[in-house]
Amino acid sequence: MTQSVVVQVGQCGNQVGCRFWDLALREHAHVNKRGLYDEALSSFFRNVDPRKSDGGACCVGGRIQHLKARAVLIDMEEGVVHRILQGPLREVFDSAQLLTDVSGSGNNWAVGNLTYGSAYMDSIVNKLRKAAEHCDCLQCFFLIHSMGGGTGSGLGTRVLSLLEEEFPDVCRIVTAMYPSAEDDVITSPYNSVLAMKELTEHADCVLPVENQSLVDIVNKISLMSHDAKPGCVLKKESTVTSGQGGVSPTERPFDAMNNIVANLLLNITSSSRFDGSLNMDLNEIAMNLVPFPRLHYLVPSLTPLYTLADVNIPTRRLDQMFSDAFSKEHQLIRADPKHSLYLACALMVRGNVQVSDLRRNIERLRPSLPFVSWNQEGWKTGLCSVPPVGHTHSLLALANNTCVKPTFMELRDRFTKLYKKKAHLHHYLHIDGMEQSTFSEALSSLSALIEEYHHLDATKARLIPDAPRLSIAR
Amino acid sequence: MSVVTVQLGQCGNQVGQELFDVMRSDAPDVHRKTYSAVSRERFFRQTTQGALEARAVLIDMEPKVINHSMSEAAKSGRWRYGETSHFSQKQGSGNNWANGYCVHGPRHRDAVEELVRREVEHCDMLAGFIPIMSVAGGTGSGVGTFVTQCLRDVYPSSFVLNHLTWPYGTGEVIVQNYNSVLTLAHLYQLSDAILVHENDIVHKICSQLLKIKQISFSDINRVIAHQLGGVLQPTLTPVSCGAYSRHPIGIDWQVCPPPASAGRSRSLSAGSFNTSLANLLILRGKDVYSADTGGFEDPAIYTSWLPPDEALSLWKSPVPFNKYEKSATLVSNSQALLRPLDDMVRKAWNMFASRAYIHQYVKFGISEEDFLDSFTSLEQVISSYSELQ
Repeated sequence: MTQSVVVQVGQCGNQVGCRFWDLALREHAHVNKRGLYDEALSSFFRNVDPRKSDGGACCVGGRIQHLKARAVLIDMEEGVVHRILQGPLREVFDSAQLLTDVSGSGNNWAVGNLTYGSAYMDSIVNKLRKAAEHCDCLQCFFLIHSMGGGTGSGLGTRVLSLLEEEFPDVCRIVTAMYPSAEDDVITSPYNSVLAMKELTEHADCVLPVENQSLVDIVNKISLMSHDAKPGCVLKKESTVTSGQGGVSPTERPFDAMNNIVANLLLNITSSSRFDGSLNMDLNEIAMNLVPFPRLHYLVPSLTPLYTLADVNIPTRRLDQMFSDAFSKEHQLIRADPKHSLYLACALMVRGNVQVSDLRRNIERLRPSLPFVSWNQEGWKTGLCSVPPVGHTHSLLALANNTCVKPTFMELRDRFTKLYKKKAHLHHYLHIDGMEQSTFSEALSSLSALIEEYHHLDATKARLIPDAPRLSIAR
Repeated sequence: MSVVTVQLGQCGNQVGQELFDVMRSDAPDVHRKTYSAVSRERFFRQTTQGALEARAVLIDMEPKVINHSMSEAAKSGRWRYGETSHFSQKQGSGNNWANGYCVHGPRHRDAVEELVRREVEHCDMLAGFIPIMSVAGGTGSGVGTFVTQCLRDVYPSSFVLNHLTWPYGTGEVIVQNYNSVLTLAHLYQLSDAILVHENDIVHKICSQLLKIKQISFSDINRVIAHQLGGVLQPTLTPVSCGAYSRHPIGIDWQVCPPPASAGRSRSLSAGSFNTSLANLLILRGKDVYSADTGGFEDPAIYTSWLPPDEALSLWKSPVPFNKYEKSATLVSNSQALLRPLDDMVRKAWNMFASRAYIHQYVKFGISEEDFLDSFTSLEQVISSYSELQ
């Protein structure tokens, strides 16, 4: 089996990352009853025996001594990482995996990317190399950061390009938190667009997540718990927002939203951590879902969001799960895929689901989903036998769909509003290495991306005939 | 004469294990000594401790399936795989033919050739090789093609018969048509014969003939193994003079058509009859000598330029196969595969026309030119078969 390394950058990145490790431990504890360090655990954790003098790395098959996360934590402020180190997860991280500074990036992409990027480049590369060396067969880097701030967005994307340079053969999957329109950071459009260019050029896949969608999901779940019909109880630890049963005892404000993103990561990695009848490797995700190099933004959709304690008819619930995956309420960005064009779609199913259920639901849903002409059967499927905690089955849908175009256009509009007035530009331009052209290049990169999606959208209405075949000379 | 099987990728290793199982259980030691002896010599070898080991090399880019196949075999108690006859890596080929063919294949060439050489050395007389693989994924298709090429290079006078499993038409892997086109185009030049099973068709056999409710891949693989076993187990051929034919794959598949005349248009209309180039009919069990096979000699089935007595081969074995009192297997070189092949090429071509996913292949070392060559090659095959009259 292969291993993955998680790189969490900035306040948001580290908070989400923290939830991921907490929930991952909970999930593994649920399944791993014998306390053995198995292949599944080894994909995200090292097993260390501190009594050994040579660094203590233990092989797969032995008893669990000390689990250390395969992670690198980076933040230019100390607050968040400090709290992690004092919390119950402190045992899971080694001080060598951390990189912090004191003053933060002031919500300025240029400070994160250029100032800190250059200052800490060597240190970051060393930590990444160390993490990679601990892996037998490193398959993927998961990068988690927000787009609107300074550290996550700026330094995070700098780390992304370092990953491409140092480890060109290792897949780079980025979970990026996009700001909503009402974001309180005024310069978030600048930071986001500057970061977008890096993501478009250096990432293999990007899973965009919008704060507003997370808020909507959290509200929907709390509405369910309050409005629940008598006798119909919401299983608390099953909600995708719950951290119950994990390591941390109390839940803090953003925790519910961060748990959703953590669940996204848990599900996308489930096939690499656990066995299944149809495994989906991480490199297969990029291979099957990215038909053109820059169009690698995948809309994530998670279901179920919660489980009701009362008994429903199992099969109807299963089919409902598939239908839900294609409803807007379960998406992690606000978009309308059914009225745009699918380029490709992956379904990662967990739990007791058979191939026949999968095929039946695909056939059922397929007619209502518009697929691009050259990929009419564009489905990639995976079956993992271990369900998430609190559920009998779950489904993660990743869609490469042109519905991201409006999201990016909105981002571009917010950027242009500020840029036209040259608002706050001087904060960026006086940073060493930052020039006006950086802004214009980022803007044209985004525009080109939007144009590519637009081009594909235009094929939607037209009936495309089969391409004329080669004729053979006799 | 012996045959060395090379199992490639998940599908190849799963089908291969079922195949050896069928062949071992079909020929138990007690009755029919000669049949058993020939079958065993062909596919198994005996260790010094008396255990029966398959003449097989197992290759995959990740270890799980090989481990499973080896333990399944050992569980049967009747046969097993050689302890060291396998090769695997840690990370798969990511459903990418180019990754299999250009990266993994060459990288592990020496190790694989060494395993094959060791297996060949155990054979008194080597008839040839049977690589077993699928065409939809990355390892079976890509590494499988590369290994076939190596076998060709190292053993030029040995026979190479590829067994391929074609995927379900409705797709489990989005790029399966690309992988299939690349594999078939290359194998067409390298292989002596290509035996094909389509998942869709075998699925129908399971649901309609065998009436299985929830069909699993094991069910599919068992049907494939049964049919393959029906072809490969010992038979008496017209030239083997009353003894079991020593060469299991004796039919001459190479048939050269006469130069085509102008004016023949390609038509794949549903009404056209399935014209055969050659057929091999194998009868096993009761009453094989009195069976009436006249229907297979009807000249209407065959092309006009090949007389039926040259086009039809008839092999018989009085020994019942795999617990069936009477069984018949037909291996046909005909237009039957034309429609599925054409569909595969059409879908791949539509995708190629928009250049979707091409960058994923280019980054591992093949070019758009290579794609075009493969398409051209398959269009020629389609054209040749379409024009059979």
